[in-house]
Order: sequence, then structure tokens, then C-alpha cells
Amino acid sequence: MAGLRVLVGVKRVIDYAVKVRVAAGGGGVQTQGVKHSLNPFCEIALEEGVRLRERGAAAEVVAVSVGTRVCQAIDDDCNQTGQLLAAMLDWPQGTFASRVEPEGEWVRVQREVDGGLETLRLRLPAVLTADLRLNEPRYATLPNIMKAKKKPLEVVAASEFLGGGSPPAPPRLRVLKLEEPPPRGGGQRVDDVPALLERLRASGCI
Amino acid sequence: MALRRVLGLGGALGRRSCCSKRPLPPDFVEALRAVVGGPNVSTAMAVCEQHGHDESMHACAPPDAVVWPQAVGQVQELAALCYRCRVPMVPFGTGTGLEGGVNAVQGGVCFDLSRMDAIAELSLEDFSVTVEPGVTRKALNSHLRGTGLWFPVDPGADASLCGMAATGASGTNAVRYGTMRPNVLNLRVVLPDGRLLHTAGPGRQARWAPEGLGCARWGGHVGAHSLPPCRKRAAGYDLTSLFVGSEGTLGFLTQATLRLHPLPEATATTTATFPSVRAAVSCTVQVLQAAVPVARIEFLDEVMVGACSRFSGLELPVAATLLLELHGSQHGLAEQQRQAEEIVRLNGGSSLAWAEEPEERGRLWAMRHSAWYAALALRPGCQGYSTDVCVPISRLPNVVVETKRDLQDSGLTGPMVGHVGDGNFHCLLIFNAQDPAEAQRVHAFAQRLGRRALAAGGTCTGEHGVGLGKRALLLEELGQEGLDTLRRIKAALDPHNLMNPGKVL
Repeated sequence: MAGLRVLVGVKRVIDYAVKVRVAAGGGGVQTQGVKHSLNPFCEIALEEGVRLRERGAAAEVVAVSVGTRVCQAIDDDCNQTGQLLAAMLDWPQGTFASRVEPEGEWVRVQREVDGGLETLRLRLPAVLTADLRLNEPRYATLPNIMKAKKKPLEVVAASEFLGGGSPPAPPRLRVLKLEEPPPRGGGQRVDDVPALLERLRASGCI
Repeated sequence: MALRRVLGLGGALGRRSCCSKRPLPPDFVEALRAVVGGPNVSTAMAVCEQHGHDESMHACAPPDAVVWPQAVGQVQELAALCYRCRVPMVPFGTGTGLEGGVNAVQGGVCFDLSRMDAIAELSLEDFSVTVEPGVTRKALNSHLRGTGLWFPVDPGADASLCGMAATGASGTNAVRYGTMRPNVLNLRVVLPDGRLLHTAGPGRQARWAPEGLGCARWGGHVGAHSLPPCRKRAAGYDLTSLFVGSEGTLGFLTQATLRLHPLPEATATTTATFPSVRAAVSCTVQVLQAAVPVARIEFLDEVMVGACSRFSGLELPVAATLLLELHGSQHGLAEQQRQAEEIVRLNGGSSLAWAEEPEERGRLWAMRHSAWYAALALRPGCQGYSTDVCVPISRLPNVVVETKRDLQDSGLTGPMVGHVGDGNFHCLLIFNAQDPAEAQRVHAFAQRLGRRALAAGGTCTGEHGVGLGKRALLLEELGQEGLDTLRRIKAALDPHNLMNPGKVL
């Protein structure tokens, strides 16, 4: 549909393959010197936006991020951002999308749910969130990376959106403590079933 | 045991009997613990057995102990210790080899290098990166995401890159991007006595790239600032090439500097079926002669296609098949596709349906890469043995057709799959190890195939290495002078034959 514009939120996060460790002090996780990448789900969402444009189903894709120069957040793995946004905008939502098909003023979304697949038809504009099965993002090639460096990157101060002058609201969550689960203790070997029962009784398990 | 005898595995060409084992000296394990710490040494049976075999059907030969060094200094200390006490040493990466390269046939200490997993010194301008043995090829390419570069050598398994250097690995992309050999720029080797060698000179590695480009710190170790790799050198004997493919018999490859390549702008993959094996293989030869810069060109015979289709749930016509992939710019790709279609048509091939989305291409290649397991699934409970001959392209059609006939005459299950663009193909022989008659037929067939390849001017092993099973064929291939020269080099670097004894020579 001509004129459909796609806004994709993107964030820089700790690379999914890194073993996350609690930072000294227990106030958060170690981020210094740790590899960061584009959030894989953001990448999938962006890929879907680009494919919609390539198919002619969308006119423009805008990627947006919020924060400092190194915008970073993982929503604490809570999977709430899309849903919160839809509620605030009062727009329909199609989350865990594994297939997206625009149909004029509507969009048909296939969702991955516990029982299998659910298909919804939402009126546009709508908020969608991506499931891993939505697509396999392409790798950026060198010529495209070079071209991307010349593309416009607009930086807008938060105050412009907050009605002139009022500072952004302080965070409403405070992390009190973060700790890793206790290390796994060693196992014990026993020679036969009676010995096993003996041990279980001795430790009060049975 | 009968199988090993039948397949000619007992008795080496070296001084010591292949399977002699001496017990470890007293207090030796304590000394190992003193270097790397208690948790990084194990003599547990299960752990040793896990480290005593790879993906081949060679019987498990567990080492006496397994150690996990965390840094190259520890590898050096451990090696010096083993050297002093004359204890054999076996390097271990991911254990995905196909020739029994990690089997500790003389016992000793297995050095599991997987905990050394630093990716360092990524240079985007010079297209190079250094990796330690714990880095696998998929991990490296994942790390390179977003840089526009990749490392194309793809042997199928998610193998350790240093392990791939040690076996001179190749894969589906070799026809365009080369095997490991031209893509390894420098190696940091720990020699059997513990000394450290940089095959292209110390510090001749990539420049450190800024943090913002998302590099390094994968596991902790960070390389020192050093000079960028230059494009060519004529300084001294080519030690890098000597250690590539040495299969752990000359030293531990604890770090490799690799050549990276730019990602192709556009990629397209397709299958093409042919009325006969000869037609498929001839088509390959013509595609190469037409100088179509094909990125991957793989052959599957009808047995292999049937097995792969069933295993992967794809529905491909059961006939001799080529799996082709083209890389290029948008315009260049269209032209390559036209050329390929024409040549396929000339050879009686089917029409081509090009897959361009990563998901579709991924499915086709996953099907191809699961060939080993698909073949094993043809006869559950049986063992597999893969041949690995490579011949000049001009002789390929005849060799393949003769081999197919030999397979049928011998009554063996042996789906054929191969990197025909390199003249390299594999017969995945699936046989019942408990049946000595069948094992004997497999052995005889493999010997005939090796000799057929040698007679055609080829090699008995294109990419898997010599390992345990092909030492006899190596003599035929190189001749006595060749083998003697190899032995002299080995004796110069490893006079006590402690590095992975019983392999290659």
C-alpha cells in the first residue's frame, strides 16, 4: 500500500553469545569491555521492514532508538515494550509475529502462541513485535555499510518531545540487588540402589 | 578389533608400534595440576573417552589424561613437561574430524584447547583476524556480523578454526574462496618442547581496530599492538604452509591469523537434476571451463539425494543432482545465472529455480550439510566411513562413473556427495561393523578408489587429512623419497615422536 510508513525501534544490547556476569557491587551486569550488538529481535524487525519496502508494501522504513550515543536496553528481557507502546497509543497489537502481510488498511499477522499459531487481522496503524521465526536477517555487505555511513542520521533532543523544558521522568524501578545463582555443587556417585536410598534418607529427602 | 585389522589400522609405518601405551610417570598428573589447576585436569574415564574419538568410525582410543589450558603460556609449560617426561601429546579442538586425528593411540595427554577462545586483532581494512582454538567458524562469522566481512571456508561441521588449519580443511566454498591453506596468514605454534613459534614472524598480525566496531574481548585474551599483515612475502621457507595440514603432528596451533573476504552483495542458490551422473559431472567441468565464478558447486548422486530429502523433509527429485550457488553484485549475478542455466540445459539438466532469500538457501545447504547423518540414517545401527579422493577436473567424470559402477558391483551402500568444483568427492560408505565380510568389501573398495584417484593424477585425501586410516596410501601417493622427507622434517621438529603419534606418518 503506497504511503505505509514503518517505524522500527532498535537497541544496542550485550551480544547474545556473551556469558552475562553480575557486575562488582551487585547493581547490574558487566557491560564494560563486553561485546555489544544490535538486539537480534530488533534486527529481525528491521529486516521485515526492509522486505516490506522491497516488496512495495511500504514506502519508508525509519529506524529509531532512544538514549545516549550508545543506546542500550534489553527491557530486562520482560517483553513488555511493544505491548506498553500499543496501550499508550491505543493501537492494536500483534506480538510474536512470525508472518506479516499488509492488506490495504489492515495487516494480517500470524503469531506464535503456546498452542500453535494464531492469525489476527489488525487495522492500521498497529504495533507489531517480532518472533525469531519471522525472518532471517541479511548480513550487511561492505558496499552497503559504506553507503549507510552517508545516510542521514537525525538526532533529536528528548526535550523537544516533552513539551519544552520538562526533564524526562526519573526511572520508576530501582535495582536493589543482582546476584548469580549459587554454583552447582558436585554430584556424588553411589554403587547401588540400596546405597542411593541410604543417602536420600540421610539427607532428609525421603 | 577385527574391523581395525581389516581396515589396515593396526601397525604403523613409524618406529613405535601404533598402539603401544606406556603408563604415565608417577606424580605426573600432579605436575599437570600444578600448571593449570585441579579443575582443569581430568583422568575420569568418561572424559577421556569423550576425548578419544572424533566423528569417524575409528575405535575410541582414550588418552590417560585431559587438560584444559587457558592461555598459551600454560600450553607451553604443559608441552615442556610432557616433553621432559616423554609423554605423548594430542591436540583437541572440537573433535569433529573424520580421520581419527584425536584418537590417542599411544595414550598420553589430550590438550583440550577449547577454553582458549579469544578473537583478537580484527582489521577491517586489511581483511584479517586472529583466533584461538576455541573459536569455531560459525562463532567467528557471527562475531563478524555487521562488518561486511566473512570467513568462507565451510567444511560443514562447526569446527574449530585452528583445527581446520591443522587438517588443511576445505568445504563447499573452496572452488571460489580457496581452502584453509591460502586463507591462513600466520600461526602461533607451541612446538613439542614448549618453545613458541610464529610461522610468519611474531607481531606480523592485524592492527587493533577500535572498540566501536565491536571486536575482540571474546573470552578475555587481548593481543598486543602489532603490524598489519602484508599481501605477499618471500622471506624464508613457508612455515605457515608446513603447519597447515600437519594434523597435530608437528606442534599445537594455538592461534591462527585468517584472511577474511567481503560478503557477496547478492547470492542465489539452485538445484539442477540430470539424466545421469556423467551429465551432472560434465556440466560441472563445463561451468568451470566457462569461467563462471561459481561459489559452490556440489554433486549428490540419486542415493544421496533420496537420503537427504528424507532426512531433511525436502522433496527433491531422486536423480543425479547439482547444488549450485552464485555470488556477485546484482548485475553480475544475473549474468552468472544466465550462463549457468545455459550450460545446465546443454547437459540435459532440469530448469533452475533460484532461491535468494536466506531462509530458502539455508534450508538447501542444511540438507546438504546433513549428508553424513542422512547417509547413516539409511541403515540405522551401522557405521560410516567417508572416502575423500580428489582428482584433476578433466578426469573427474570418468573417475566418478567408474566409482559408481564399482559401488554397485561390490554391493555396498555408499551415497556419493562432493565438491565437484574442486574435483573432490566423498563416498559415504555405510556398513555393518559386525559383519567382517562387508567390512572387508568396504576396505577393498576404499583401497581401489584411492588407487584409482592416484592413477588419475589425484590425491587419496582432498580435505579430510591422512589421520589414522590413510597412511599406506600416503606412501603410494608421495613415494619413498616424499615420505622420507616428511619423516626427516618430523624428526627435526619432534625427535621423540610425542606429537600426536601414530598419525599421518
